[in-house]
Amino acid sequence: MNVLIYLVPMALALGLTGLAAFLWSLRSGQYDDLDGAALRVLSDEDVSDARRE
Amino acid sequence: MAQALDLSAFVQHRDGTAHIDLAVEGVGCAACIRKIEGGLKQIPGVVEARLNFSNRRLAVDWREDELAAGTLIAALENIGYRAHPFQPERAETDEARHANWLIKCLAVAGFAAMNIMLLSVSVWSGADDMAQETRDFFHWLSALIALPAAAYAGQPFFRSAWTALCARGVNMDVPISLGVLLALGMSLVETASHARHAYFDSATMLLFFLLCGRALDHAMRRKTRAVAGNLAALKAEFAHRFDGAELVRVPAAALRPDDRLLIRPGDRVPADGIVLSGTSEVDDSLVTGETLRRVVAPGGLLHAGAVNFSGTLTMRVTAAGSGTLIDEVERLLEKAITAKSRYVHLADRAARMYAPVVHATAALTLIGWLTVGASAHDAVITAIAVLIITCPCALALAIPAVQVVASGALFRAGVILNSGDPIERLAEVDTVVFDKTGTLTLPEPRVVNARSIDSALAEKAARLALSSRHPLAAAVAREARERVPYEGASEEPGQGVRVMIEGTEARLGSLAFCGATKVESIGPGTSLIAFRHNGESIILQVRQALRHDAIKTAVALRALGLKLMILSGDRADAVLPVASALGIADWRGALTPAEKISAIEELKARGHRVLMVGDGLNDAPALAAAHVSLSPISAADLTQAQADAVFLGEKLGPVRDAVATARRARRLMHQNLWLAVIYNVIAVPVAIAGLVTPLIAAAAMSGSSILVTLNALRARRRS
Repeated sequence: MNVLIYLVPMALALGLTGLAAFLWSLRSGQYDDLDGAALRVLSDEDVSDARRE
Repeated sequence: MAQALDLSAFVQHRDGTAHIDLAVEGVGCAACIRKIEGGLKQIPGVVEARLNFSNRRLAVDWREDELAAGTLIAALENIGYRAHPFQPERAETDEARHANWLIKCLAVAGFAAMNIMLLSVSVWSGADDMAQETRDFFHWLSALIALPAAAYAGQPFFRSAWTALCARGVNMDVPISLGVLLALGMSLVETASHARHAYFDSATMLLFFLLCGRALDHAMRRKTRAVAGNLAALKAEFAHRFDGAELVRVPAAALRPDDRLLIRPGDRVPADGIVLSGTSEVDDSLVTGETLRRVVAPGGLLHAGAVNFSGTLTMRVTAAGSGTLIDEVERLLEKAITAKSRYVHLADRAARMYAPVVHATAALTLIGWLTVGASAHDAVITAIAVLIITCPCALALAIPAVQVVASGALFRAGVILNSGDPIERLAEVDTVVFDKTGTLTLPEPRVVNARSIDSALAEKAARLALSSRHPLAAAVAREARERVPYEGASEEPGQGVRVMIEGTEARLGSLAFCGATKVESIGPGTSLIAFRHNGESIILQVRQALRHDAIKTAVALRALGLKLMILSGDRADAVLPVASALGIADWRGALTPAEKISAIEELKARGHRVLMVGDGLNDAPALAAAHVSLSPISAADLTQAQADAVFLGEKLGPVRDAVATARRARRLMHQNLWLAVIYNVIAVPVAIAGLVTPLIAAAAMSGSSILVTLNALRARRRS
């Protein structure tokens, strides 16, 4: 069962990373306008003309 | 008349950059976001423009030395959107912070619940062949995650429970907090003594489920509050302030006492004040419910919300406390609010019964096991297991879940809840008291004889009316099918408008102006406006008209078993036709605000639960005195603030929908409470017998929570 010595910290670290990422996204206001985000993705204004080719 | 627009009251300044929040009308699609943001960013000086599509609000930052706020609104109008300056209320920002905190707690609880469940499932599935050391290691690891997570994510419950206990009361959060703390404490002791069972997963999962409910409840309230805030901004009036040299348009919210204002015909009076010069007729129907117009002269009082009819007035804004109607209304309001008994919500009533029963059961279990000779350790463990399994997960979700779903259903029906939770009170009403003017009738006067006159001429009259600002013309203009004004129309102040149609002159205005003669006799409160073209003339009658579905709604409300009544501030001979059209025998007219309150108190004393529906300033105290209250969106601001809910649109139907939805919601709340009771009846004996393992506890809690949530979703169904 020695494998647990690094598997358990790894699992916890992954979980904490997920939590930290969520808290960061919450703080940066990504959930303030959920309906708008769904529509903004349809707009391709931010894609430059060269890349649209 | 070109005039400056002064928005300084709404602009915030931060080192050279100015910021304004605007509520935008007419945003409906993805293209709108690009049009608005792109259009504004093209203006030199604008730093940032961001539209929040969810609540239809636009935040703009610009370099203040390069632009004025009025330019932004003008630019938006050019693109095709009307924007209204908006001041986020303190309550709204506080609520946003609270919502964010709840979501953070939810995230922490979710993280903890999932990771501990990972460890717990390993322990359960390897129960027989897992070494004791490994099991202890997993339990300690669970403790390491659960204790800090619960300390953080449990705060919403711990704080509320502590507040309740300090006030020597019990709410639902008391048994929740107790259950969580005991589950954690017992698990810790058990882990230290190498026992097989630990309940860390139950405690964190419980927090996760309950926080889901809280966060959803809060999100729904925030949404309705945002919509209500936008509506207030859209409704906000502008005033024409005259400082001796220049006429400036200012938002009514920014007016100060002693400001001098210009009120033109068709304008709504933006604040209380005294007439300085000019004479005119004003329509006080939004203030007192009186439909006959009042003549004012210099020195006369003007109330906020009155509509100026005929002449241009200048007025001086007066502060409150000058013996006006507003003071009387506010004094009555204060009395009505303090007299209102605090309503005990169903959830709190359930908690008051629930907590003692559960705690007594746990105590009896402890004593019972001790008397039959179990060890003190086993007896305590079993008693705590009873507390954990009865921890009111389902009960705490049973009512909020229904409330969230029902307020969503009301929202779609056009009813926006103002106060926290009027749904339970709405479900209890047995009498509906209506105000007449603006509530049973439409807020603006309408042409009432449109059917009996020549439709081609009427259409011409309506199109010509589009060119005039006069309130009577506005009523005629509402009949226009083709909303295109004629070109070259000119207005004769106090007379009417004229224009050339197909080479001949057409006139719309007073009877004398159009050369028409008065033929038929008309009732009081009816105004006449004439139209003449090509030698033909028609006379239009303009009067307060019933809302289109008022009769249907009255029938539907009676079908729900409700008693209907009218309490109006208008004269009795104006109330009678409305009452008889709706078949309401119980009506009274010419009431003062104080008489309205005493009429409602009388009903309450006879044991009736009254729903008051009203819009006028004179209704505000009656709304506060009633068991529950509704206002149309056109209501006076003070009145709307008193109402428990506001309904949108020109129909009266939302009143019926509100009562019907609330009743269905209450039925579902009761069902959910019974489901929770049945769950306990099954689970508690198992716990008392000492058979509850962590696996059973986890399954029972999540099962019952999901069951009540699914049942709550049935409140979505439209009636």
